[in-house]
Amino acid sequence: MAKVVAGVGTSHVPAIGAAVGQGKTQEPYWKPVFEGMQALRDRLAEIRPDVCIIVYNDHASYFALDLIPTFALGVGSQFQPHDEGYGPRPVPVVKGDPQFGWHLAESLILDEFDLTLVNELTVDHGLTVPLSVAFGQPGEWPCRVIPLCVNVVQYPPPTGNRCLQLGRALRRAIDAYPEDIKVAIFGTGGLSHQLQGERAGLINASYDNVWLDQLISDPERVARISHLELLRETGSEGLECIMWLIMRGALDPHVQVAHRFYHVPVSNTAYGLLLLENG
Amino acid sequence: MNTTRTREYHDIPGTYVFDGDHYRKGYHLNMLCKSLDIAANRDAFRADPNTYLDRFRLSPEQRSAVQGRDWLGLLRLGGNIYYTFKLAIFDGLSMQHAGAAMSGTGMSVEAFRQMMLDGGRPVKGNRSRREAPHG
Repeated sequence: MAKVVAGVGTSHVPAIGAAVGQGKTQEPYWKPVFEGMQALRDRLAEIRPDVCIIVYNDHASYFALDLIPTFALGVGSQFQPHDEGYGPRPVPVVKGDPQFGWHLAESLILDEFDLTLVNELTVDHGLTVPLSVAFGQPGEWPCRVIPLCVNVVQYPPPTGNRCLQLGRALRRAIDAYPEDIKVAIFGTGGLSHQLQGERAGLINASYDNVWLDQLISDPERVARISHLELLRETGSEGLECIMWLIMRGALDPHVQVAHRFYHVPVSNTAYGLLLLENG
Repeated sequence: MNTTRTREYHDIPGTYVFDGDHYRKGYHLNMLCKSLDIAANRDAFRADPNTYLDRFRLSPEQRSAVQGRDWLGLLRLGGNIYYTFKLAIFDGLSMQHAGAAMSGTGMSVEAFRQMMLDGGRPVKGNRSRREAPHG
């Protein structure tokens, strides 16, 4: 039977990908950030997940204003890095798992989560930066990947509670999969940041840390936070932290914190990292 | 109907929440920016910006904000940062360049970088227009 072996929360700041690609990880600006990721990398190298379900948002890359699915599941066999204006990120092609993807699709839709299914899908930094955070620069990614794309660019995104409930449905779907695979779930994005407007550069470290505490111990409380509060406190782009609730929902109610790291700044963003394991 | 509803988030200073009103206003502007994902389009835009812009149904104000790289104006005209940033990438600019320009205070890129290193723009004084009289 399939088993959930880890939940990872990580910001997906594109500059992290650029720092990896350009060999800057030991420079003074970046060194503490990459040191902060090491415990995650070490532990994932021990756990060796077969499949990572990566909850992320597309940044006007594959999906634009012509088509905006709230939740989209990648069921294809591979996903090429998207050209975000610099040429595609020089990272390995992302291999999918169509058999598992279709199992998740069937299970989630019959569980009343009406996802959009995507076969042809290019993936941007929202998905590939978390892979770089977790696995560095391998010749190929050491796991298959199921992309779960959430709209957080067009207002309104789904509620935090809907994300938490989707995570719980995802867990039911994983638990019902007969193959013996180890599954890790990544919730990505956030934490506090605002890229736009006169308030660009906003960071709210104290709010982020309380939010992390509560995500771990009382996710239902975090799931009830309104979009208005997140916009105000964590910035217009900080709102994407709701995607971590899908990861949290897929784990047990009580979890162990295997690693936690927080650092300001990474580019214009507060970087947060969490590795959770079931009891 | 062209009425814009008042929303509670309009009270947040210096923040352009990309809702349906912004979507409708900025559709063609954002799709112009989106087109720059394709290398051949970047080449065409670089070779002849005016002819390239003719392909998109921009308002005169949007066209002029694109030409003048008015990063804050683009947001006010319906631009979304993930789209308008594609124009900044096209120009070889970083998110700190865009952030400094959008601050609307003549902030330099260096000052913006330093603000981030010092912990970012504080939320105190920036939560609400009532709190931020200059927001």
